[in-house]
Amino acid sequence: MSVSYKVGTVKSKQSPNVNTQPKAPVVKGVKTTGKKKDEEEGIDTADGEEWMQGKTLVKPPDQLDLTEEELKEEITRVLTANNPNAPQNVVRYSFKEGCYKTIVFVDQMAIHFELEGNLVHKESDEGRRLMAKHTEREDCGGDERLENVPIKPGKREQKVTNQFNFIDRASQTLNNLPREISCQTEPPPRANFSATANQWEIYDFYVEELQRREKSKEKQESQFPNKEEDRSKKKMIQAEAQSDDISQLAKPAEIIERMVNQNIFDEVAQDFMYFEDAADEFRGEKGTLLPLWKFQYDKAKGLSVTALCWNHIYSDLFAVGLGSYEFTQQERGMLLFYTLKNPSFPEFIFNTDSGVMCVDIHEQLSYLVAVGLYDGCVSVYDLRKKSDQPMYNSIASSGKHTGAVWQVKWQKDDLDSNHNFFSVSTDGRVVSWTLVKHEIVFTDIIKLPPVDKVPDDLKNVVATAGTSLDFHKQKDHHFLVGTEAGKIHKGSKYYSSKFLEMYDAHFMTVSCVRWNPFHPNVFISCGWDWMVKIWDHTINSPVFTFELKSSVTDVAWSPHSSTVFAAVTADGKVHVFDLSINKYEALCQQKVVSKKTRLLHIEFNPVHPIIIVGDDRGRVISLKLSPNLRKKPKEKKGQELPKGPEVEIAKMEQLLSSLR
Amino acid sequence: MAEVEETIKRIQSQKGVQGIIIVNAEGIPIKSTLDNTSTVQYAANIHQLLMKARGIVRDIDPQNDLTFLRVRSKKNEIMIAPDKDYFLIVIQNPTE
Repeated sequence: MSVSYKVGTVKSKQSPNVNTQPKAPVVKGVKTTGKKKDEEEGIDTADGEEWMQGKTLVKPPDQLDLTEEELKEEITRVLTANNPNAPQNVVRYSFKEGCYKTIVFVDQMAIHFELEGNLVHKESDEGRRLMAKHTEREDCGGDERLENVPIKPGKREQKVTNQFNFIDRASQTLNNLPREISCQTEPPPRANFSATANQWEIYDFYVEELQRREKSKEKQESQFPNKEEDRSKKKMIQAEAQSDDISQLAKPAEIIERMVNQNIFDEVAQDFMYFEDAADEFRGEKGTLLPLWKFQYDKAKGLSVTALCWNHIYSDLFAVGLGSYEFTQQERGMLLFYTLKNPSFPEFIFNTDSGVMCVDIHEQLSYLVAVGLYDGCVSVYDLRKKSDQPMYNSIASSGKHTGAVWQVKWQKDDLDSNHNFFSVSTDGRVVSWTLVKHEIVFTDIIKLPPVDKVPDDLKNVVATAGTSLDFHKQKDHHFLVGTEAGKIHKGSKYYSSKFLEMYDAHFMTVSCVRWNPFHPNVFISCGWDWMVKIWDHTINSPVFTFELKSSVTDVAWSPHSSTVFAAVTADGKVHVFDLSINKYEALCQQKVVSKKTRLLHIEFNPVHPIIIVGDDRGRVISLKLSPNLRKKPKEKKGQELPKGPEVEIAKMEQLLSSLR
Repeated sequence: MAEVEETIKRIQSQKGVQGIIIVNAEGIPIKSTLDNTSTVQYAANIHQLLMKARGIVRDIDPQNDLTFLRVRSKKNEIMIAPDKDYFLIVIQNPTE
């Protein structure tokens, strides 16, 4: 720092009200002493430090050149306490005295230099405030720095005191050793798959998917454990299916069995369908029966056919009841169902403890089969369940028959739409059975009146055994009961106290009574007294009587014609009559079984022109009626052949009227 | 199961039946009453035929399905009953 500069600053800082002139000598004095000092210092320093050597005094150009004498001349100066510049004539108005007065004491102080410091003591309040402000600004300055660089420098100048005063220190930390680990997983299994998607595979998939969704919907409601169970069940089923593999082939196997049979009995099947005996034309009115299939089952060989019944819905299916009519040979019974499609083996087999005496298949619900047994029980089988246990059994019922049940007949459903059927038995009771939920409920309808021959005191004990029962086809409350005593009683469901009519029909047991399917007045009966009789129920004596020269075991009306009926006799013969053709003798008397075999039952197929007959060796034979036995009235040219029940009724009516 | 076996036994005892083969969905014979070579031959060939026949039926109407196939030949008749997982083949000589 040079002296001249010092002087300059001094000068510049002089207060404006100070006169500079008188001051100059003072300054000079200071200057000289300062110069000397500098010179001394300069010598001193020249010894020590060479770089200072080149320093010479630089005089201002306007400096006065003074001679030695002038320089040595002493100028005395006296310092006074008075301020030369201070005003001496200052007056001020005094209000006290009411005039101007001079002021003696004026401020004698002159300020040559004033510099206000900018240093603040740390401890003072202001210092603290500044410090706080400072830190604040640093903080926001730091934030700002990131955002906006150009604003920064002005502020930063206050912070950085010395930009070269810093320490740079570097050190190296330990680096983590790089490490590489690799491993190989097992590759996922691969397989080549190729398939062609065709329409039906896509369809199948959709069906499956829909089923699955439905199932999952159902399962959503059930709980999780159930699901697990289901799964395990499924697995079980699958496992079973795998081991139990061929069980699902049951149905195809059955069909194949029928086909094999069809192949074997191809000729029979052709005959059944197409054969019409051409020889009938030359026989006049006589006809023949063509044996078709024979139905037999090894386990039923020792039993007699005690009942036959066609299924009304499946016209190829019929039921065969097996038991025995011999009192000494009562053992077991059997209920078989055969179809014409498979004559070699029954379709359904039910074993019973007691002999079956009668069977009836429900007309609408063809799976319901009512069975009457020798021990007095009636039971109902359900063909949908293939078990020997019947669906309903009267064994525990108090109303159970005490003797063999000879006939069961299904009725229309009652008002509560419960299925019900009637039965007649050796104990002389006609009972109605109603299927209610899980039990079978009985209602006694009527008791057969005692026979005249029985002494009066025994009339309550000895019952009149009913052997046959049939309901009127149109008025289904009318029924007929044939008895062991040879009488036929006509009764009604609505009058339980007594019978409407009694016909003195046969000398021996009435084996069968049947209403004509067309004509409302006509019924037929047959008995062990070799007789077949046709009745008008309004007349007490028979309209027709035929003697067949052997016990007539069964008789049946044809479902195709009102005047055709067929009867079987114990000597193995089938007799077929058509009253409209011959009122006196049978159109056909044919022995269809070997000697010593008795025919027991006969039944017309509701659709096809065939009959089935059952014998006492458990066999059933199907026979086709030759054209003569189902002859229709001759068709006149150009005339429509009338058909229907009215025609059949008229035919019968004509026949009856011819006799009256 | 017993019922099916009984039925199959009955079929086998019928007149003119030469053989019964049960084949699974893959065409592998499971049960047979014929000798090995002819069993394999029948199974393999009929399996193909059956697949083709089923394909035809279902191509025409996906809701339809083949239920039976009957092949009548000079010497015998082959009856095939296809099921979901198995099919049953019966060979019968109807004129025997």
